Amino acid sequence: MTTQAETRAPAGRERQAVRPGARRRRVARVLLYVAAVLLSLWVLVPLYLITVTAFTPRDHIFDFPKPVVPTHLSGETVDFFARSSGVISALGASVLVALITLAISTALGAPAGYALARYAFRGRAAYRLAILSTRAFPIVILAIPLAVTFLTWGIFDTLIGVALMHTALALPFTVLVTSSVFVSVPKELEEAAQTLGCTPFGAFARIVLPMALPGLAAAGIFTWELSWNEVFAATILTLDHPTLPALVVNTLQGASLPYRFAAAWFMLAPALVGIFLIRRYLLGLWSRVGH
Amino acid sequence: MARIVLEGVTKQFGRTTAVDAVDLEVEDGELVVLLGPSGCGKTTLLRCVAGLEYPDGGRVRIGDRDVTDLPPRQRDIAMVFQSYAVFPHLKVFDNIAFGLKMRKVDRSKIRDSVERAASLVELSDYLDRYPAQLSGGQRQRVAVARAIVMEPAVLLMDEPLSNLDALLRLTFRAELKKLVSELGTTAIYVTHDQVEALSLGDRIAVMNQGRIVQHDTPTRVYAEPASRFVGGFIGNPPMNFLAGQLGGNGRPELRIGEHAIELPDGSAPAASGETLVGIRAENIVPATEPSPGALPARTQVVEPLGSHLLLTAAIGEQLLKVVAPVDFPAQPNRDLWLRLEPAKLRLFELDGDRLPAS
Repeated sequence: MTTQAETRAPAGRERQAVRPGARRRRVARVLLYVAAVLLSLWVLVPLYLITVTAFTPRDHIFDFPKPVVPTHLSGETVDFFARSSGVISALGASVLVALITLAISTALGAPAGYALARYAFRGRAAYRLAILSTRAFPIVILAIPLAVTFLTWGIFDTLIGVALMHTALALPFTVLVTSSVFVSVPKELEEAAQTLGCTPFGAFARIVLPMALPGLAAAGIFTWELSWNEVFAATILTLDHPTLPALVVNTLQGASLPYRFAAAWFMLAPALVGIFLIRRYLLGLWSRVGH
Repeated sequence: MARIVLEGVTKQFGRTTAVDAVDLEVEDGELVVLLGPSGCGKTTLLRCVAGLEYPDGGRVRIGDRDVTDLPPRQRDIAMVFQSYAVFPHLKVFDNIAFGLKMRKVDRSKIRDSVERAASLVELSDYLDRYPAQLSGGQRQRVAVARAIVMEPAVLLMDEPLSNLDALLRLTFRAELKKLVSELGTTAIYVTHDQVEALSLGDRIAVMNQGRIVQHDTPTRVYAEPASRFVGGFIGNPPMNFLAGQLGGNGRPELRIGEHAIELPDGSAPAASGETLVGIRAENIVPATEPSPGALPARTQVVEPLGSHLLLTAAIGEQLLKVVAPVDFPAQPNRDLWLRLEPAKLRLFELDGDRLPAS
């Protein structure tokens, strides 16, 4: 913005009038960049170390100081982790739980989001608030009675049980984000489609859905991540069929350092890929949820 | 082609009545403009015709069908929206073809119709583009083509020009008028712009507070406003209104301040007493010298507008706008004499309704 304004304005007049302001702006910009770089390093350095260590052979893990560019690389540790008992089945469990969570929360949340976006109904504001307030309910308090309930229902230590719990966690997010996605598709487009021969559902399917799809996909990936990374409920609600985070938490205590790093990288990589895929939408999604 | 008949159409939003028992008839092939200030209910009324709003009372008839309970897709209408409402994920061709595809018209016919409609709005070279690659004016052309390609019985337009810049609006207005009259489609056009209404409408229905206050030809709406509201809303500058008294012994006479104007026979209403006098700025003849029947006034502001001068003059405390020829020697703060053309005087009751002529 600043650069555009500067280049567009006639050079001479600008230089005389705005000079002190311009300097202050430049200082502010440098500070902003410094802050951004520091913040990025705060996140990136651990990620980098985890990744590098996960791919360092055992005998070089404790090398110090570490070379900036890793010299010894191998898939040995990660391979070892992947082969250790329970990892593959936990990975499968995680994927399934995330998929079920995604399916249920989209099936329930997207219509609710659409209703919030399109219809002015009595108690809409209260409904929004109620949805949001479920996020304030501590999962720690919820988890134990839930485990008991799940035991009596016979879905304790099953994938569907964990998925239901994750759905409960994801649903508020799904509802609010999909509603913001639907709000961004103008209502007139739907109405235009209806005047051109569409049924209300046809207008939704032909016009709204294609336009909302990128946003919905982003919301879906985010739900996926939420389930993928969720540890607490998964740990409490499973015993013999843990998801990957639950397995890692259970086994981490007694594990060797290379195993821990490999596990950390295993958790990290898919999450990062997901975030990377939807990075363009995340800011938009979050900024719109507020409205 | 069809006639539109609205009977007692009412629409409420919560406690506010947006459209209040409106009766309206639009003849086959006629273009009626719904004109009114924002919030007067004109768009809501249009949406009731389209089927996008369900009226709380009254019936909507198109042709010989009562369409009140039918969804938009079964009404044989097409609509052009203020925001264009062009589908951004479809190319121009597919936008225009959308309705025909929904009707399952076969492909070669669709291609022909789309190309014909596109050439009517001069979009033939843009069929392969996405709406994001078009200007605002071109997008509105897509919206118009998408509507007319359906060959609807009724074409509904909701402020289609208001998002365009002034120059484009002027050219597109004329094109639209030509297009609609060539198609001969019955049309309802909603606008808050009185110039647009005067230029486009076969008839104008002026709306205020959910009701139609006058439904007449542009000329008559302009020259014979049914109320103070209509006279003040239509015309630039708006109609002048002065306080006056009706009276006279035998001869009908209008007094403004201490001065009397003789009214032509037959034009004077039967009533007498306090009245509001309406007169258009161009029906006042200014002069720098007194003459019989001219009211003394004082020039306050002189605005040269190219083709004419616009004077703001004061008769006593009352201000009025006067159109003068460019060469009129007007000076601020000079005396001025104004002759109000008696035949052009319009008399209103104090509450704004037109006084019935005797």
